[in-house]
Amino acid sequence: MTDILDEAPTAPASSDAAASTQAEVSAEMAAISREYADTGATETQPRLDYPPYRSSVLRHPTKDPHHADPEGIELWAPVFGHQDVDRLEADLTIQHRGEPVGERMIVTGRVLDGEGRPVRHQLVEIWQANAGGRYIHKRDQHPAAIDPNFTGVGRCLTDGDGTYSFTTIKPGPYPWKNHRNAWRPAHIHFSVFGPAFTQRMITQMYFPSDPLFALDPIYQSITDPAARDRLVATYDHDVTSHEWATGYRWDIVLTGSHRTPLESDTEGDDA
Amino acid sequence: MSRPAGDLQPTPGQTVGPFFGYALPYDGSSDLVPPTHPDAVRFHGRVLDGAGDPVPDALLEIWQAGPDGAVPRAAGSLHRDGFTFTGWGRASTDGTGHYSFATLAPGPTAPGSAPYLAVTVFARGLLNRLFTRAYLPGDDAALVADPLLASLDPERRATLVAAADDRGFVFDIRLQGDGETVFLAHG
Repeated sequence: MTDILDEAPTAPASSDAAASTQAEVSAEMAAISREYADTGATETQPRLDYPPYRSSVLRHPTKDPHHADPEGIELWAPVFGHQDVDRLEADLTIQHRGEPVGERMIVTGRVLDGEGRPVRHQLVEIWQANAGGRYIHKRDQHPAAIDPNFTGVGRCLTDGDGTYSFTTIKPGPYPWKNHRNAWRPAHIHFSVFGPAFTQRMITQMYFPSDPLFALDPIYQSITDPAARDRLVATYDHDVTSHEWATGYRWDIVLTGSHRTPLESDTEGDDA
Repeated sequence: MSRPAGDLQPTPGQTVGPFFGYALPYDGSSDLVPPTHPDAVRFHGRVLDGAGDPVPDALLEIWQAGPDGAVPRAAGSLHRDGFTFTGWGRASTDGTGHYSFATLAPGPTAPGSAPYLAVTVFARGLLNRLFTRAYLPGDDAALVADPLLASLDPERRATLVAAADDRGFVFDIRLQGDGETVFLAHG
């Protein structure tokens, strides 16, 4: 996580021209939402083919995924340990000399598999914008201040109970180029692993009652309202810390594993 | 709001977005072994969109057995001490949509099975990750006998088999359109 300013990837693809208005994009999203409600089905994941998110148009597969029984390597996941992740990496507010600007917050929760078992000693990675909605990334050209005391990258291992915990700054919303006057709701990117590689996922955690939810095609690509809600953290005063930080709780449930759990997946060892 | 107690419905995925480049790749993330390792092979290719254009902001992860077919159980993928084979790596695509790993060729995880690398694809514009497999060429009998490959017509099957080159294997990923890669659902 050093030399962050030298690690930016290359120029973006040009598919997100700001040609539509918010009203046009909102009308597209509303039509998809009505059509979904009429089906009576329940979707739990985002649609890959979701035209209101313009960048998805040429990047979604057109064929249904092919069923494969997980086997061999797919039934397992990489192992991460304390040689990989320093405990201090879970505190995004201490990576520089000074205190970052913004609302200091704690975000914590549990990573569970589809049967409710804790995902133990597994890697959780986060990245996010600063309080002004700016990423430390060459490609982020939003003219909000870079905070020299905030990089916005953290890692931790879940503990023996599947719990992760980060101390960070509440990120700000930011504009993007999907359409004219497009703004992303404030979010933290989460990358998580389960006990099997087929459970690998990357997602985004949001904050309660964000007025941008209804306007955001990435959030709305999850057509099911209850499924969308699962990405929204809960303010938890028991997590809030006296004269220090506000607290949010957010649990992550992975898809089911196909491997019979080993004792080492569920029993305590060194954490 | 949020998740009621006892709700074990899966958390939805979301796109990795455009700004992962300073967060997810790390020094050595694409080198499962040092490229100078005597048995190192290069596993590389391009990620292409539905217009055939390169995807310069994709992230790939591979997860694989060792040459002996054993599933690696050693930690250290982020630490990369240069000696421990952890079986896992991460690479972002460059401005030409190209990715590259240095690794060891996996062996069969069961006698007679076809060796493959499990591959996960993330990208801006891709609303959830995609899973696929990159089978290694060479053992035709094992490839013909593979249940997944056997369930696909020949044209689609070919999208899952890497091609040998002078230093290793080439595996292109087409997200959409002609030659669209077979992506997998594990249900």
